[in-house]
Amino acid sequence: MKRLIFGSVLVGAVLLPFAPLVVWAFSSRWFYPHLLPEQWGLRAWAYVFGTAGAQMTEALVQSVMVAAVTAILSLAGGVPAGRALGLYHFRGKDLMSIILMLPIIVPPLCVAMGLHLWLLQLGIAGTFSGVVLVHLIFCLPYATFVMWGVFSNYNPDFEGQARSLGASRLSVIRRVMIPLILPGITVAALFSYLLSWSQYLSTLIIGGGKITTLPILLFALMGSGDRPVAAAVSILFVVPALAALAASARYLGSRRMMGVW
Amino acid sequence: MITRTTTAISEARTRAARRPTAPFGLLAPAAAVVVLLFGGSLALGLVQSLGYLPAAGMSELTVAHFIRVLGDPDFFISLGLTFYIALTSTVVACTISVAAALALNALAGRSRIIYFVFQIPLTVPHLVIAVAVVFMLAPNGLLSRLMLNLGLVDSSAAFPLLVNDRWGVGIMAAYVWKEVPFISLMVLAVLRGAGSDLLDVGRTLKAGRWQRFRHITLPIIFPSLGAACLIVFAYTFGAFEVPYLLGQTYPLMLPVWAYKSYSDVDLLSRPEGIATGLLIAAVVTAAVALAQSLTQSARRRGVVL
Repeated sequence: MKRLIFGSVLVGAVLLPFAPLVVWAFSSRWFYPHLLPEQWGLRAWAYVFGTAGAQMTEALVQSVMVAAVTAILSLAGGVPAGRALGLYHFRGKDLMSIILMLPIIVPPLCVAMGLHLWLLQLGIAGTFSGVVLVHLIFCLPYATFVMWGVFSNYNPDFEGQARSLGASRLSVIRRVMIPLILPGITVAALFSYLLSWSQYLSTLIIGGGKITTLPILLFALMGSGDRPVAAAVSILFVVPALAALAASARYLGSRRMMGVW
Repeated sequence: MITRTTTAISEARTRAARRPTAPFGLLAPAAAVVVLLFGGSLALGLVQSLGYLPAAGMSELTVAHFIRVLGDPDFFISLGLTFYIALTSTVVACTISVAAALALNALAGRSRIIYFVFQIPLTVPHLVIAVAVVFMLAPNGLLSRLMLNLGLVDSSAAFPLLVNDRWGVGIMAAYVWKEVPFISLMVLAVLRGAGSDLLDVGRTLKAGRWQRFRHITLPIIFPSLGAACLIVFAYTFGAFEVPYLLGQTYPLMLPVWAYKSYSDVDLLSRPEGIATGLLIAAVVTAAVALAQSLTQSARRRGVVL
């Protein structure tokens, strides 16, 4: 009984904010003070997929691409760095961890403002790679910290055994290390992806309006005051992130991920 | 508590660690990105905030922009507001998170659905929850409609201002909803790893509920709880989207102020925006460093946190 009450309170609290989003997205007339829309309808969705379809698709593709490339690069830097921090004791390790911690603490706003002029001079402000670079500044340290936790519970003896059985360095990485840390890699990828996915201001500053991701579109819509459309785009904005969570859900709660969360 | 596997792992780790040199090759890519891009952005930001902006015909270094920002009385009002909102949301989120983590640990067992649902807010961008808060708490939002229909208020004008309000209620609601799962899951990982042996010992020694929490659970979860709360504080102090959508037009939270100056049509106020950004970075970093050193020195003096 206690479990049931707790479970429903928790589920209710988490899902509550989605209720107005969904209702607004499917309403076509809903004046104050009516509790439910006077008229339901698909006007918002017709706009999102019809009138503004091309723009929406472009923003969606742009968002997915930026987040995916950022996540891949974050892993490329974060997995080796996590291994170094999790398995080795070396001089300067504390300093290294502070240096990696700083980009997580310092707001992206400050980083983007400082970086803009430089990227402008290099000719990559307002480009895809410029936006990825600025996202990478805080996504990569996040991935590193997740992988640090993973490698703290990792037993490198398995690699030694594989080596002594004649496995090459590459096949040790491919067939021993990666399978063992796969849950961690998934979580690190998910975190970096989500962090990049939800960026607004750094994309706006570095992208300079030329790289239109979903959050930039959503902000413009909120300004226009069209609630059903803003609600529909919000839902569109959440769904791919939820899909990423669902895809990695089997690792998130697993015992092998203990010490990472 | 130390199981055989963890001993084996730590032995293996010490063996690997016997190589004394730092694994530079492994660290190089991450270090390069952080030092070059992050360090570079701060250095360039500093240079620009000191008035070096050749494109706008400014090439002399001066602290005038910092003085102009710090000399504005509104700056300190904004700083106070930012501190108040960041601190309050962190404390509220922290309290709810500890309760939620303890309850999840005790009640949810292996139920994967509960964990899955609990992780949903992690994936929801701050922008979306801010939009949802507008829909719920605005004067013509869902809560106001509900209260009017129940006869609790007479009109939307009688409904208390909860969005774009003086006390930042809307901002804090958005942050708390978003950050509670993050903190809880950090705490939960430690709770699950710790098991219930110590609590059983406490119970045999007749420790009460509060005593068991204060002297057994809290010391176990404190390091991850503290780290999670610091991250949340730093985030809420420097984030733009939520206060931009849910905050007042005056006083502004500092990040909104910084971006407003930065993006002003007047190029001359750009260095002021960057200077404000650097001040935010300095305050956040100092707050985190202070909190860390305080807890460390408390622990050295034997205070069990």
